[in-house]
This record gives sequence, structure tokens and C-alpha cells, in this order.
Amino acid sequence: MTQSNSNTAHADHPLVGHLVPVSTLLATASVLLILTIITVAVRYIDIGEFNLWVAIGIAVVKAGLVASFFMHLRWDRPFNLLVFIGCMLFVVLMMAFCVLDTSQYRSTQYTGNPPVAQETLDANAPGAPVARFKLGMNP
Amino acid sequence: MTTIVTPRPELLDTSATNDNYLTFTRGFRSWALTLDHKRIGVMYMSAVLASFFVGGVFALLLRTELLTPGRTIVSADTYNQFFTLHGAIMVFLVIIPSIPAALGNFILPIMLGAKDVAFPKLNLFSFYLWVGGALFTLYSLAAGGFDTGWTFYTPYSTTTTTGGVIPVLTGVFILGFSSIFTGLNFIVTVHKLRPPGMTWFRMPLFLWALYATAIIQVLATPVLAITVCLLIVERTMNIGIFNPSMGGDPVLYQHFFWFYSHPAVYIMIVPAMGIISEIISVHAHRQIFGYRFIAFSSIAIAMFSFIVWGHHMFVSGQSGLMNTIFSLISFSVAIPSAVKTFNWTMTLYKGTISLTAPMMYGLSFIFLFTIGGLTGIHLATLNTDVHLHDTYFVVAHFHYVMMGSALIGMIGGLHHWWPKMTGRMYNEKAAIIACIIIFVGFNITFFTQFMLGSQGMPRRYYDYLPEFQIYHVISTIGAYIMACGFFLCAACFVQSLLGGKKAPANPWGGRSLEWQCTSPPPHDNFSSPPTVGNCYDFSMLRWDEKEQGYVVDKELEAVAIAAEARGHS
Amino acid sequence: MSQASVGHEGHAGHEGHADGHGHGSAEHAKYPFLAHHFETPAQQFDSAKLGMWLFLATEVLFFGALFVAYAVLRSRFPEVFSYGSHYLDTVMGGINTCVLILSSLTMALGVYFAQRGKRIALLICLWLTMAGAAGFLVIKYFEYSHKIHENLVWGPGFYIPPHDAIGEAESVALAHAPASAPAAVPAPLNSASSGVPMIGAHPAVDASVVKPASMGPLGLGAGAVNHASAVTHDIIPDQLPSAHLEDAKMPPNTHVFFAIYYAMTGLHGFHVIVGMVVIGMLIYRATRGDFGSNYFTPVDLVGLYWHVVDLVWIFLFPLFYLIH
Repeated sequence: MTQSNSNTAHADHPLVGHLVPVSTLLATASVLLILTIITVAVRYIDIGEFNLWVAIGIAVVKAGLVASFFMHLRWDRPFNLLVFIGCMLFVVLMMAFCVLDTSQYRSTQYTGNPPVAQETLDANAPGAPVARFKLGMNP
Repeated sequence: MTTIVTPRPELLDTSATNDNYLTFTRGFRSWALTLDHKRIGVMYMSAVLASFFVGGVFALLLRTELLTPGRTIVSADTYNQFFTLHGAIMVFLVIIPSIPAALGNFILPIMLGAKDVAFPKLNLFSFYLWVGGALFTLYSLAAGGFDTGWTFYTPYSTTTTTGGVIPVLTGVFILGFSSIFTGLNFIVTVHKLRPPGMTWFRMPLFLWALYATAIIQVLATPVLAITVCLLIVERTMNIGIFNPSMGGDPVLYQHFFWFYSHPAVYIMIVPAMGIISEIISVHAHRQIFGYRFIAFSSIAIAMFSFIVWGHHMFVSGQSGLMNTIFSLISFSVAIPSAVKTFNWTMTLYKGTISLTAPMMYGLSFIFLFTIGGLTGIHLATLNTDVHLHDTYFVVAHFHYVMMGSALIGMIGGLHHWWPKMTGRMYNEKAAIIACIIIFVGFNITFFTQFMLGSQGMPRRYYDYLPEFQIYHVISTIGAYIMACGFFLCAACFVQSLLGGKKAPANPWGGRSLEWQCTSPPPHDNFSSPPTVGNCYDFSMLRWDEKEQGYVVDKELEAVAIAAEARGHS
Repeated sequence: MSQASVGHEGHAGHEGHADGHGHGSAEHAKYPFLAHHFETPAQQFDSAKLGMWLFLATEVLFFGALFVAYAVLRSRFPEVFSYGSHYLDTVMGGINTCVLILSSLTMALGVYFAQRGKRIALLICLWLTMAGAAGFLVIKYFEYSHKIHENLVWGPGFYIPPHDAIGEAESVALAHAPASAPAAVPAPLNSASSGVPMIGAHPAVDASVVKPASMGPLGLGAGAVNHASAVTHDIIPDQLPSAHLEDAKMPPNTHVFFAIYYAMTGLHGFHVIVGMVVIGMLIYRATRGDFGSNYFTPVDLVGLYWHVVDLVWIFLFPLFYLIH
């Protein structure tokens, strides 16, 4: 599709959207690099369980900066922000439920020897997989 | 760039002076490379109906096998492939795309008042992704088939040697993206391409339903994609993520799978509910009861659907805590659906019900969905689910909601919009008879299975104890009856295409925008901009004998406008 | 011309189509990039952006599921993750992070210059972004090849640590210790790891109470004899021993860490490659002069994609390389 000259007009302002100043972009990149250095530095400080959360917290801040400034979300339609936050909430939801489930796992608490497998499909044998009642009859 | 369009002489008759979307351009390439959402919808519909036929054949085969305990026509391994293929084809190739991609693609832009969907090329790409997924599924049949069940549970799916597993998983991956892009397209279309006057709360409820479905499609399907990828990686590279002997967890697979597949069943049912909202109100000639409730309940179902997936896993080894949480939330997900059912029933009350074929399907839907939904509560209850899980009770439940509701809704919608899409009427009597046969056959087939399941007959079993045989025989006979009904329905449609009566613009008396353009619609949907009003206000319509359809009566319209003005002042 | 038969007549639909604005056709004439079903360039741009954000939402969920797998595995094998993390080179990972951040910067600058209509600057930025991506992949290649050399791979090919007699004696002693002794060897299923109360906990049951299960057609646990053709997924004991690695203290199941590491960084690397292809297409179009202050949408959209690729790495880096 050939483009007419109107596409390549050298206006100072774009026809649509918002122009983010170069200084803002450079500042954002600098902060991101500094935060990266901080993240690496914190790794060497032992604060036990919180190491993970501090690292994730800094990552979230970095993500917020990338989204707001590099991805223009700060000046964009609010619905786009809703889409972005919303999808991450669903990931968190899935993660929370799955980790919660896994954390509840316990080892089997049977003591003694395992039961011996039974050789026959005898209908009267204990544990045999036969439907024990028919329509209209008592079990 | 402009193109001059001259109508061909043979089309210059009194009822069709303009070219419509079917005749606008001719030739294979004009269809294969079309960007017209209506043509894409028609192609989807043909493909989905063809897949339905194939999936149905597998169903009849497996039901025939189940006529007797032990071997009837095929071996156990082949039987496993039959039910797996039936499930995979019906879920991925038929029900999920049927309403959104086939009917939705055709109707959504016209109902909205737009010229097309937001991304027509992406729309065509979605269709070809569907075709690609279908081809991979066909190829998997040739590569040895697969017998894992459509749920592909590990460890069997990662260890079985049937050769068709990886091809079908690839096919499912591709189909997933077809679904994602359709949903994406619809969300952007509803947000950005609404004409002036079409506010959110003037949209017909079918659009609300498609919008809610699209949200689910976009958010849930990527998880299916990664699940399928992980299965393929597990089969080829054996990373052990689902293998306990390597530190993995098979229940993790089930979490992944059902995180998508539960919202997927709402992808199937929510658009069907939207169709029913349209059918009930139009064919009962009555304002829909509780518009905002139905609209919000669609969104509520979409949101709730993401937090109940564990109810498929109550006996899988999922922890007691999660079992309880999921059971509780699963009870509450019934509430929005109940709200809808109540509202439809109230719409019928004191309505002028025309027992047309779409209305018959609508009434069937309400009945069958109530049964299907209520039996879901049986399964959401932890203690009864321990007894009913993996029995025919589950099979009956999901057939009542997926087939008895979603598919019936789709067929009803197809009848409802058939005149619009094809420009032809079908034989009403035959269509109603077909509906009744399908309804009767369906209940014989699947109500019996509730009884089978509650007495302990497990699902997916090739062999069974003799006391179950009578139920299986009854169920199979019901399946054959249903098949007859579907064949009659198909014959109806074929006869309509070959020589049906010409359809007016508004054969049923609808007020949403698609009834304002000709049947079939012109290429660019509207020759003049449509007027957006209350799409559920039927008071200004009257039957026109000459046109054999409904038209807006000027006097009645003036009365209605005056009444509305008084209401506002 | 073929366009007539394609059905995408850009403006044919406007014949006799008087839309509410009255100037619809004029807009389409003025802006050739404006598609026939949009009324204004702003509407088209907004739609494109929303569509892209929705696609990025699907990407987030695609990766997100792997993050969920990571979370589940790490919660079950915390020692494996902290041990395995030592094998990842923090310096290389850190450099990669900075490279991606800078490539994000150049991409954002590219969008800026496209919006200003400055073609040469846009091209420089796009090439720099491409270079950053390539640099990322090069460093990744070195990381991967080093690990593969050390047999630090997924699944059965994983390095098997030499037999640790002392460690084994310790764990055997602990298994027979009274239940009240604190577990020095962290059990993977540790009840102390979460404060959530056990619902439906069962008291310990003696095995004699359990009814024996009947044998199915092939027998319970009939074993490999009947499934000779099944794909065996046990750890293959006979593999080439690593030439360089000597690590008796490696906890069991450390391959799990590397499996999820390769899965996530591999998928991310695949997205970087796709990003390079797409940026290459942008370079081609920018060279042709397709973009200006009126129309720069593809640059904007690819930029959004590239930033998400960066975002995923921002999370991957601490989660894999910086585990304490």
C-alpha cells in the first residue's frame, strides 16, 4: 500500500497519540538501570524470607515504570490500563490458588505395611467394584 | 480507489434491486481472501456444521458400541479413540467457535451498526487458523489417533504411544489462537466501532453476551496454549514437570488444564444465552425483562468462571481447603445464570408467543438449561461429587448444558437469522418437527444417563456390568432419534437454499439493527445509516402482507415516540 | 485489478453511503492509511492500540502460567531453587537485563522519532534495538552452551551428582528419628511452610484398615512387563558423566530448577527472536518511508510488544538469578 506524503509529514506533533519527551524516556531508563543495580545488591544482603518479596517489589516498580513511560500508559486511555492490570490479576489469582493447593499437600499418613493386591473380581469380596444396589432394592 | 458496481440483470426484480454480500463479487478467491465479516461468518458456519457432522458420527459410533457390554462393533482401544475424538472435535472445533465465530462474526457488526469488525484481516486469519487446527486434527487421525480423552490428563497423555497426540495438541494450540483473535476482534469492535447513539445500554443482549465471551476467550485461552505446549515438551523432552517420579505434579497439569477449560464452557454457553435473549423477546413480541440484569449477569458469569475451575478436580488429590473454596464459589456461579433464566421466563409471561422454530428452540433451551444447570449443583457439592465424579451423571450434565443448551441455542439462532443470512425462508413446519424430534431424542439419550451415573456407571468405560445395559440401549436409541432430528433440520436448510421463499427484511419482527437492512444484507451492511432506538420495543411494528414481513408503522412509531417523550418529561 | 474481487474495496462501500458525519469519504481521501470501516484516524489508532494491549494481555497470561508453575515448584523445592540459582551467572544475567532495558529505551525513542516524522533517527533507533536484541541472544547462547556442557539440562539428561555417602547416612538417620526431632534435611512437603490450617486432615491410619484393591485387567502395578511399548520416563542412569562438574551436595530434583529455567528463558528467547523479525520488518518499512507523524502505528505497536518482552525479563531475572 503506497503511502502519500501526508504520512511522512514532519509535524512536531503526531496526528494521534501522545508524544513523550526524550528527557522523560532517558530519565526512566536511568532509574531502571539504578533499580537493577539495587536488585542485584539486595541479593547479597540476607533478610531471610523477605529477599524474594523485596526482589519482586523492585521488579514491580520497574514494570510500572516501563508500562507508564515507555508504553505510554500514563497518557493513554484508562481501559488499556485496566486490561494490563486485569490480566496480571488473573495470573496472580491462578498462582494463589495453585500455590495454596500445593502448600496443603501432606505425605500419606498410613502406618504399617501396604495392603496386598487382591487377585479376583469376586463380587462378594471386600472392596470389589460392583454397584451394590439396584433400582427399587435396598443396599 | 473506487469500484463501479452494476447489478446483474437477472437480479433486477422487485425484492432485490441491490447486490447483496453473497453476490457482490464472485469466484473462489473472492471468498477465500474475503475481508467481509459476513462471508467469513458463513465460511465458519459451514466448517463448524461439517465438523459437527463428523463429531456426531463418532458419537453414534460410540453409542452403538455401548449397546452391549463387551465388544459390540469395535475393540476397546478403538472405542477410546471414538470418545476422545468425539469430545475433542465437539469442544474445540464445534461448540467453542460456533456461536462467536460463525454467528457472531456475521451478526455482531450489523447489530452494532458498524461496517465491519475492527480488524477484518485478523478475522480472516482467525478463520484460517481454525482451518489449520482442523487439518492438524485430521492429520492426527492418520498418525494413529489419540485415546487420552479430550482432557489429555497426565500421565497417560505423556506416556501413551498413540501417534496422534502431538499433532492434535498442535491443532489445539492453533485453534486456541483462532479463538483468542476472534475474541480480541470483538472486544475492540464493541468498544470502538459503536456508531453514535449506540450506547452500551442500547446494545442488544447478544452483543453483551459476545463481549463477555470475548473477555473469557482473551484471558483464558493463552493458558490452554501453554498447557498444550508443556504437554508437547513433556512428551518430547521429558522435563518431568507433571511426573511425580521426577519431582513433578500431575495435579498441576489439571490445574493448568481446567483454568482454561472451565472458562471455556462459559465461552460455549454465554453466547447461546445471548441468542436466547434475542429469540425469546422477538418471538414473544415482548420487551425483554430485566435488560440490565441480563447484561450484568453476562459479565458476572465471565468473571466468576475463572474462580471455579477446581470443581473438576475434587477427587484428583486437590487439597481439602481448595475443595471447599471451589465448591462454595461454584454454588454462587449458578446465581447469574438463574437470574437470566428467571428473566427469560418473565419475558414470556404475558407475551404474544409465536411458536416459530426459533421460539421452539428457545423454549427447549430454557427447559434443558435448567436441568443442566441444576445438576451442576449436584456436582458442585463435595460429598455427592465424590460419588458422581467420572460417572455418566457428569456426562449427562455437560451434555445438557453443552449440547442441550449451547448447541440448541446455536441452532435456534441459525433458524432465527437464517432468513437474514441467506435471504430465504425455510419450511417452518418441518423445522418445528425437527426441533421436537431433537428435543425428544435428546432427553431420551441423556436423561437416562443421569440414572446410569447415579447408579455408578463410570464414564469412558468400554465394558460394563449387565444391569446397566437397558439404560445404555435406551440412551443409544435416543441418540439415533436425535440424529434423525438433525438430519431433518439439515434437510430443511438445504431445501431452503435450493428453493426457499424469498425472505423479507424483517420476518420475525425484530427491532435490532440487523432487521433494518435487507435480507441478505448488502455488502457494506447499511445503504443508509441505521436509526438506533430501543431494540426491545416492538410496539411500532406491524405485519405487512405484501412484504410478508414486519415493517415499522409510522403512526405507531409516532405514538411510541410521544409516549417515550412523555415518560421523559 | 484484484482488489475488486477481494471484497476489500477501500472506498466502494461509500457509494451512496451518507454517514452521519458527512465528511467520511473526505477523511478517507485525505488519509490513505485509513481503513474503510473506520471513520477517523484517531478511531483507527485507538482501536489498534486496544487490540495490541489485548494481545499483550494474552502474552502476559501465556507467560503467567509458567510463572505459576515456577511458584508451585519453588514452594515445593525451595532448597533446589536456591541451590540451582548458584549455577546461573549473575553477571551475565545482569548485563542482559541492562541490555534489554537499553533496547527498550531505544525502541521508545524510535516511537518518538516516528511520531516526529524523523526517518533517519527512527532507523538508527530501530537498528540499535535490533543490536540490543542480538546482544541479548548472544549472551544467552553463551549461558546455555556453558550449562549444556556441564549437563545442567532438563529431565533425564541431567547431571547426576556422585554418590554422597555421608549425606545419605544423615538422611537415613533422620528418617528413623523420632517425629519430634527437627528435620535438618528439609522435607519437600513441610507442614511448617504455610500457616494455613489443614482442612479435612486425617489422623494416621493403620494399613490393615485399608481394603485391598482388586486387580484390573492388567493388574495393579503390573509393571513394565505389560507396558513394554510405553514411553519410559524413569531417569536414565547411564549418561555421560560431566567432565567438569563435581558437586556431591546437590539436592535431589535439582533438574526441576533447570527444567523451568529453560522453559521460561527459552520461551522468552523465542519471543526475542520474533521481536527481532518484527523489528526487521519495521526497518524495511521505515527505510521505504512508510512512517511519519500522521501514521506511525506499527512502530508504536511493535514498541509495546518489545516492552512486554523486556517486562517479562525484568521478572525472570530476580526470580532465577538472584535467589538468595
